[in-house]
Amino acid sequence: MSKTKDAGRVSEKTGRKLDEKKIKALLERFPEGDPRCLIHALQDIQATFGYIPCEVVIRLCDRIGVPMSKAFSAATFYKAFSLDPKGDLIIRVCTGTACHIRGAQTLVDEVSGSLKVKPGATTKDLKFTLETVNCVGACAMAPVVSLNGKYHGNVQPGTLVGKIKGGK
Amino acid sequence: MFNQGPSWARSKAGNEMRIESVKSLKSLADKVRREQKKRSIEILVCAGTGCLANGALEVAESLERAITKRKLDAKLKLGVKRTGCHGFCEKGPLVVIQPAGIFYKGVRAKDVKEIVEKTLEGDEIIKRLLYRDPVAKKKVETYQEIPFYSRQHRIALRNIGKIDPAEIDDYIAHGGYQGLATALSAMKPDEVIDSIDTSGLRGRGGGGFPAGRKWRTCRNAAEEADEPRYVLCNADEGDPGAFMDRSICEGDPHAVIEGMVIGAYAVGAASGFIYVRDEYPLAVVNLARAITDARERGLLGDDILGSGFSYDVEIARGGGAFVCGESSALMKSVAGEVGEPRAKYVHSVIKGLYDKPTVLNNVETWANVPWIITEGADAFAALGTKKSTGTKAFSLVGKVKNTGLVEVPMGITLREIIFEIGGGIIGDRPFKAVQTGGPSGGCLPEAELDLAVDFDTLTSKGSMMGSGGMIVMDDQTCMVDVARYFLKFLVDESCGKCVPCREGVNQLWLLLEDICAGKGKKGDLEKIEALSDTIVTASLCALGKSAPNPVLSTLRYFRDEYESHIKGKHCPAGICKDLFKFKISKEKCTGCEACAKACPVDCITGEKKKLHKIENKKCTRCGACRNVCRFDAVEVVR
Repeated sequence: MSKTKDAGRVSEKTGRKLDEKKIKALLERFPEGDPRCLIHALQDIQATFGYIPCEVVIRLCDRIGVPMSKAFSAATFYKAFSLDPKGDLIIRVCTGTACHIRGAQTLVDEVSGSLKVKPGATTKDLKFTLETVNCVGACAMAPVVSLNGKYHGNVQPGTLVGKIKGGK
Repeated sequence: MFNQGPSWARSKAGNEMRIESVKSLKSLADKVRREQKKRSIEILVCAGTGCLANGALEVAESLERAITKRKLDAKLKLGVKRTGCHGFCEKGPLVVIQPAGIFYKGVRAKDVKEIVEKTLEGDEIIKRLLYRDPVAKKKVETYQEIPFYSRQHRIALRNIGKIDPAEIDDYIAHGGYQGLATALSAMKPDEVIDSIDTSGLRGRGGGGFPAGRKWRTCRNAAEEADEPRYVLCNADEGDPGAFMDRSICEGDPHAVIEGMVIGAYAVGAASGFIYVRDEYPLAVVNLARAITDARERGLLGDDILGSGFSYDVEIARGGGAFVCGESSALMKSVAGEVGEPRAKYVHSVIKGLYDKPTVLNNVETWANVPWIITEGADAFAALGTKKSTGTKAFSLVGKVKNTGLVEVPMGITLREIIFEIGGGIIGDRPFKAVQTGGPSGGCLPEAELDLAVDFDTLTSKGSMMGSGGMIVMDDQTCMVDVARYFLKFLVDESCGKCVPCREGVNQLWLLLEDICAGKGKKGDLEKIEALSDTIVTASLCALGKSAPNPVLSTLRYFRDEYESHIKGKHCPAGICKDLFKFKISKEKCTGCEACAKACPVDCITGEKKKLHKIENKKCTRCGACRNVCRFDAVEVVR
């Protein structure tokens, strides 16, 4: 399996191979022939690998009896899923209304300009992913940025790039 | 059915923890209450998302360490409790010391030593950590005296900030599951529905549909067809700027579960789901634990409280799609499909999840249900207005001094919420508008501030209640930009199934993009209105039907601002970057250098105590200088 395009890409760029044991253990959690667990399964795949490797989806389809078209339709419909590997640091700038009127767009522009990635994309060296999120529900601390899941509130323009590059 | 929760949520304890009857529920509540009364001091540390981000966990841990180290526990009999969100997120982390109610804000781990020495061991209040009331302009010592809290009437949020959401017994000691006990032991399902009917409870998720009527239709449809039915909870709180449901799921998950079990009993359902938003990880953890604990205690699952009634609930996690807050899309998503809405010729109460009759209510609605059963439908109906009874939780955010969660009786005015509870606008700037109802809602201007807030009045003014987000805007907010923002949001979140929404909203957004970039043309506003009319008429679901609301309501109240963008090529609020410049006022600048220090691109020059200057070519219009200037010297010019 390490010869497949996907596995090769991952091991080359992140130094992580798709672990066959991990895949097996993951797939065994879902009952054979039960298509209803599709979304749940995709969530677990996303959580395990940080993205959704195509190969794993194909094997999942076999197991739970879902046509591939349907699985990929779901994997591309929901924002929580990504078919591309994510960077080591995921920068999620909240662009909810409260954050927007307190200047979230300026933060997005700053990071985007400094890392040269568009929102939703990952830097070529797989170090950073810039994302926007529609509201994390921490509006009182607007504008909010989450760095690998840790929330930072009241982020001022001009301070975010330093925080990211400092690896905090 | 596929049902294997995450490993940390699986049950460990056996049946010895089960509560077999209504009587033993009561004796457990009494027992826990007696235990709690032995404590002379209780320290409540807020552990909601906001406070955690500011370091609440470190505060709680170092408090616990300090107490153990100094053996204060034996001396004073105190306990530290990690509670859900107090709702006053901006001032976090918050620490409340009971029974005195001493309220400390912005507490850091380094403050713990002083709190222990002065407040716990001594009797001294630390002035530095007290909250300063911006209206009365003085420091306030206790929780009860803070206008932000004292003006509220909390029903859905009744336990939040008081109980530990991870401890089911704490909820029981605060009267939890009493409503369920009453329903199961003393009421017939029809009587439960009657009671909800009498209370006038309307769905808190946005639509405002009477909950009792929804339940009855579902029950009747299912009985007639002799079919199973489902009771679901919508925790897909997608409206940006709203976080009431997040706080309830995190801070009082059992209230939601209890409400659902009561609803299931009334409707006759045996299973259901809570559909939780992907962006709320802590809510998922707390709900999952609550479900496990409730099962162990026999308050969920088979033979609840020995009554013979069985109902179980599972968590379904969302995938980060706003449209899944729509009922038919949500049900598709729960069933493992792509969350696209369907045309609702047949309502989901008749054909919902797996095509069976289904009741779907949102988190806040469910949290109200146990209170209505224990306190009585009339007590609920006595609050609020005639057609909108009870209370409503709002998340008051944006450019307002006290941001956070507020729960107030329906019918209160916007002015009271924003200026009395919210303390007014940051920096006492002029109020411009308040946005309610999320992307489907609208903006209301100052002239409508004395409007009574309830479902029907807001709709009549071109906005809506929505789930309860309330975003306050000052004169530095551009209304065209706000409308553009919401349209962009909806362009991204439209599922793409029907053309008016997929293509129409996109075109609407492009028109506004042009206007904000100074490329607006004569006739654009008329085009916007005509296009909006088509979208409202022809879209499939509520997302599309209400999508033009933000632009229509801002056009209705702030048409001059649109015209200034189109004709004058000027953004008076100083937001649309191509349509203004910043200039430092000769008269107002004191030469304090604050702006020069704040500028991220170093384009402000000037000597101390002398007029500063902005080099416009380098300026990125980020507004950092305007935010820091205390003399209002940074002005917006053409």
